[in-house]
Amino acid sequence: MSEPLLEVRDLKKHFPVGRFLFGKVRGWVKAVDGISFAIKPGETLGLVGESGCGKTTTSKLVLAAEEATAGSIVFEGRNIVGLKGKELMDYRRKVQVVFQDPYSSLSPRLRVGDIIGEPIVTHENISRQEVRSRVGELLELVGLRPDMARLFPHEFSGGQRQRLAIARALSTNARLIVLDEPVSALDVSIRAHIIGLLEELQARLGVSYLFIAHDLAAVAHLSHQIAVMYLGKLVEVAESLELCASPLHPYTKALFAASLPSHPDEEKEEIVLTGEVPSALTPPSGCRFHPRCPFAMSRCADKEPELVEVSPGHQVACYLY
Amino acid sequence: MPPLLHVKDLKTYYVGFRGTRVVKAVDGVSFSLEAGETFGLVGESGCGKTTTCHSIVRLLPPSARIVDGSIELEGEDLLQKSPGEIRAIRGRVIATILQDPMASLDPLFSIYDQVAEPAYYHQGLRGGKLRQRVRELLTAVRIPSPEVRMREFPHQMSGGMRQRIVGAIAQAGGPKIIIADEPTTNLDVTIQLQYLNLLKDLQRATGVALIFVTHNLGIVAKMCDKVAVMYAGKIVELQSVRGLFYHPRHPYTRALLDSMPKLGTKEPLYAIPGQPPDLAALPAGCSFHPRCAYAMDRCRIEAPAEQSMADGATAKCWLSNGEDSTED
Repeated sequence: MSEPLLEVRDLKKHFPVGRFLFGKVRGWVKAVDGISFAIKPGETLGLVGESGCGKTTTSKLVLAAEEATAGSIVFEGRNIVGLKGKELMDYRRKVQVVFQDPYSSLSPRLRVGDIIGEPIVTHENISRQEVRSRVGELLELVGLRPDMARLFPHEFSGGQRQRLAIARALSTNARLIVLDEPVSALDVSIRAHIIGLLEELQARLGVSYLFIAHDLAAVAHLSHQIAVMYLGKLVEVAESLELCASPLHPYTKALFAASLPSHPDEEKEEIVLTGEVPSALTPPSGCRFHPRCPFAMSRCADKEPELVEVSPGHQVACYLY
Repeated sequence: MPPLLHVKDLKTYYVGFRGTRVVKAVDGVSFSLEAGETFGLVGESGCGKTTTCHSIVRLLPPSARIVDGSIELEGEDLLQKSPGEIRAIRGRVIATILQDPMASLDPLFSIYDQVAEPAYYHQGLRGGKLRQRVRELLTAVRIPSPEVRMREFPHQMSGGMRQRIVGAIAQAGGPKIIIADEPTTNLDVTIQLQYLNLLKDLQRATGVALIFVTHNLGIVAKMCDKVAVMYAGKIVELQSVRGLFYHPRHPYTRALLDSMPKLGTKEPLYAIPGQPPDLAALPAGCSFHPRCAYAMDRCRIEAPAEQSMADGATAKCWLSNGEDSTED
């Protein structure tokens, strides 16, 4: 077993509500409330969950764009929570991001060469000539032509823009790339291109991904491990194929049931959840899923189940197991 | 008896300034819809799905021209109707559910006002009867405590609830056809399932026909009876949903099916090479030939005519001449 590249332990992020200047804090939104996971070098961790479950906050914490309330994020053996100055810069060089919408994540005023070259110029002290040749290499790496560096983002299609965003993320030889819904905004036929490109880059460069999405099929396809998140907590963590074959947590089961069939006669266990995700400001007592859970028992409302390992590599937080 | 809706050889073009640029968004689309049926219209963005639907209810932007074809609703051609007559049909006979529930609800009017409006105009309900009808509609789309909720405003609702309200508005005029244009794209997966099941239940209860526009083949598999696959303004394949998934006739349909990630396997996905074409400068011959794995010389010169199969399927491909010659 190799050492994990990134290890997150008991990470928490609480946002205050109702504080106005010097006013009193009326409550806390526990966006991320004690989650732990690890990503190995060259592997992908998929993080799935519905909107508002804390996926994006988790990604911001990993990117050091938000400061954690508690817990630790250990990257290459060093805790990055509270890192400052040069060390933080160095961390940010190694951890990059690709956003969902390639239309708003690329500046329309910059040429492609400047967009991709910007992280290089920021982090490394090299000549313009070298930056230019690196940009050319990166464009080729993501399947575009080096002479496209002169163009502006509006001259590219959605799929090509997402390639540009990936090239930018790779520009500083990142070891971990946070992919925040990278294919949700793309057309079906283009989606397969980008997923294929991400797989190829991982095989070639050994880069790790934290893949955040709500499309289970795409996540399962790309990830080695999947973590399922609900209201700021992880409810289940398992190997990707293992999770697809035997989801344990009722919420995971419901997610799989809600994923659309791949052909019209697919037999599905229908678990239709009632209601919607409760507010993170006043999460339910005990297991946060119990008000929507079809298998809820009386003790689910009293005490929160811990994430326990039920079989090697398969963890679940539910009293049923 | 004529079908409920029969679209024949519809051509809707967007004409640029002084006719310099003509975008053939819908280029000879034909299909028919029977009562109570769910018809799926699938394709990538820019293939003309939405323009087809907007042509039916005539909600096109000023630059669009319906240049040819007919749209027959129970035997009457909608294209011959005046704007006033179309207005009476919209909402009463054909209702629409649009993609973005935030944009299709007016933030300044209460839920009651918005759900009541079609029932007020199209069914002439007033007073207590109108209130009763709104309560029924909200209950049908499973809005909890409708009496309270109908006094609230769209911003007080979650995304799933807003989309259900839009569904209630679509039902309010008692339509025979509902056109749902990607109604679940902005919803979470579990909410999406709730919504799709809700639409199915409503259909079962009222016998309304649905036109389901989507790019998601999974939704098609779940919802539709009949499917048309659109590419570059044309329907390239039209057949039953089972036929489409088990015997795709057109190479584009097959490529779309192969590019879908499936749960529980890690087989590499098929990526269709190239980009969808520019609708103002379509390639000669079959529009799909530059991206097609089976393209022949003939495809580059001559656009394939519609071929009918024994089981009622139609496809526009030289390879599918009457029998399943493209079977692997």
